[in-house]
Amino acid sequence: METRGTRIALLAWTVLVIAFLWLPLLLIMVYAFNSSNVQSWPIAGFTTHWFGVAFHEQEVRDALVLSLKAALLASGIAMLLGAAAAFAIHRFKFFGRETISFVFVLPIALPGIITGMALNSFFVTGGLNLSLWTIVIGHATFCVVIVYNNLLARLRRTSPSLLEASMDLGADGWQTFRFVTLPVISTALISGGLLAFALSFDEVVVTYFTAGAQNTLPLLIFGYIRQGQQLPVVNAVVFAIILATVIPVAIAQRLTQDSGILRRR
Amino acid sequence: MTAGSPVRGARRHVSGVFWRRPFLKAGGLLAAPVAWFLFVYLAALAVLFISAFWTVDPFTGDLVRHWNLDNFRILWDSPAYRHIALRTVGIAAAVTVADAVLAFPLAYYMARIATPRSRTLLFVMVLLPLWSSYLVRVYAWRLILSQDGALNWVLHGLGLPAAGLAYTNTAVWLVFSYVWLPFMVLPVYASLERIPDNYLEASADLGARGTATARRIVLPLALPGLVAGSIFTFSLTLGDYITPKLVGGPSSQFIGNVVYDSVGVSSNVPFAAAFALVPLAIMGVYLLTARRLGAFEAL
Repeated sequence: METRGTRIALLAWTVLVIAFLWLPLLLIMVYAFNSSNVQSWPIAGFTTHWFGVAFHEQEVRDALVLSLKAALLASGIAMLLGAAAAFAIHRFKFFGRETISFVFVLPIALPGIITGMALNSFFVTGGLNLSLWTIVIGHATFCVVIVYNNLLARLRRTSPSLLEASMDLGADGWQTFRFVTLPVISTALISGGLLAFALSFDEVVVTYFTAGAQNTLPLLIFGYIRQGQQLPVVNAVVFAIILATVIPVAIAQRLTQDSGILRRR
Repeated sequence: MTAGSPVRGARRHVSGVFWRRPFLKAGGLLAAPVAWFLFVYLAALAVLFISAFWTVDPFTGDLVRHWNLDNFRILWDSPAYRHIALRTVGIAAAVTVADAVLAFPLAYYMARIATPRSRTLLFVMVLLPLWSSYLVRVYAWRLILSQDGALNWVLHGLGLPAAGLAYTNTAVWLVFSYVWLPFMVLPVYASLERIPDNYLEASADLGARGTATARRIVLPLALPGLVAGSIFTFSLTLGDYITPKLVGGPSSQFIGNVVYDSVGVSSNVPFAAAFALVPLAIMGVYLLTARRLGAFEAL
């Protein structure tokens, strides 16, 4: 359909855009090995010194622990809430079904400062001190939709005859859930959870408004960069963060590619 | 079956109860998520709306819970704030256009020309930057654009003058376009992939040239995807303060920066809430229009 010229032009454009997406990431990873304090290009020399410095920096450690705690709790809550909602929306037709899906998307579809400001004024006027829990509440709210969408997509692709067959063979509701539904959805649930974890671990815009004086890892780095402090440490942490976010996402991507029996098409 | 049977019987009874009353099951499943969104998220939005009409006592810094329009009057009367609002919306629109232009050919190639193998690869290549840290990607550009960064190094090598993009509105536009690009590619790809091949063949058979087919068949069918992507690019830009702070200059303030400073520096939550309502109103209109255009099926 497309002429040869069009195809070549499209391919060239694709290669350029992919390069545009990846070059900055590769470049920033090189900076982690910069032997100089000055962040200029090309880097002055090669060293792995800053990884050790970053690893022993107490502020970085504290922030990492807080980020991990918040991300674990938030993705856990999001998995419970998102899974329950996905099951209900998939199985039952009722008034307000579309509204529920719409409201779930709002926390990520609305500009970040709105979600952040809304939660901030909610906590402040409610007299709630900003703590780990306020961070978790905020993160869980915008992570629900990730789990929900992942699971709902899987449920919609699952053939209902699997459940019917299980019931016909005499399984009760619990057994059907345990031995049929759960194995079919488990990978989608885990991948949703991993993506929620990655999103929570990385979030800054909303987190600032729910964290108060605490520093999650992204908030700490944001502060460092803004004030131009500790930049070599920032580079080393950034290197680790890129690897740490790419791995769960790559696993999640693998898990979402479903096994053959599920396909209805 | 001896020990297990009463348990099993009870379990069957319970599943029977739920089976006969689906509303119980639906209610049980939905109670927690709906309650969470009602009592946390929607309640928070309501508080945001209400607190925008409060003020802060200039001397004590305490909240004054009297309904008044002072915050909005300040926003409306001050040319500086109007300027900031216009800049935010203008750059958000420019980012959306840039991303649509960058994403469309890529998405088209992925959906209709690439082999299944290279399609999977491209998909991962687009997805991974989306999930890698947002802050990291902005910081990368701060280093690239800086005076002795990689961009000027390349330009110098080519014998060209230095770009001087660091800390400008152009840099803000460029970096926003970079960070939100995957959000545009994915929905456009999804909508292009759904176009049946024979639509294009039929168009060609009826004598349409490539450009006519692109304009009259492909573009209208890809529109929901473009609108869906634009929700993200527009909205995420509208509500950001990190990128303007890190790669923008003193005249790159966004609505988000004013909100950020009002909360962090002057602790004037009501004023911040009032200004945050501006992007909320803009997005409300935008989302309703997008729904009309069928963008939600493409999300």
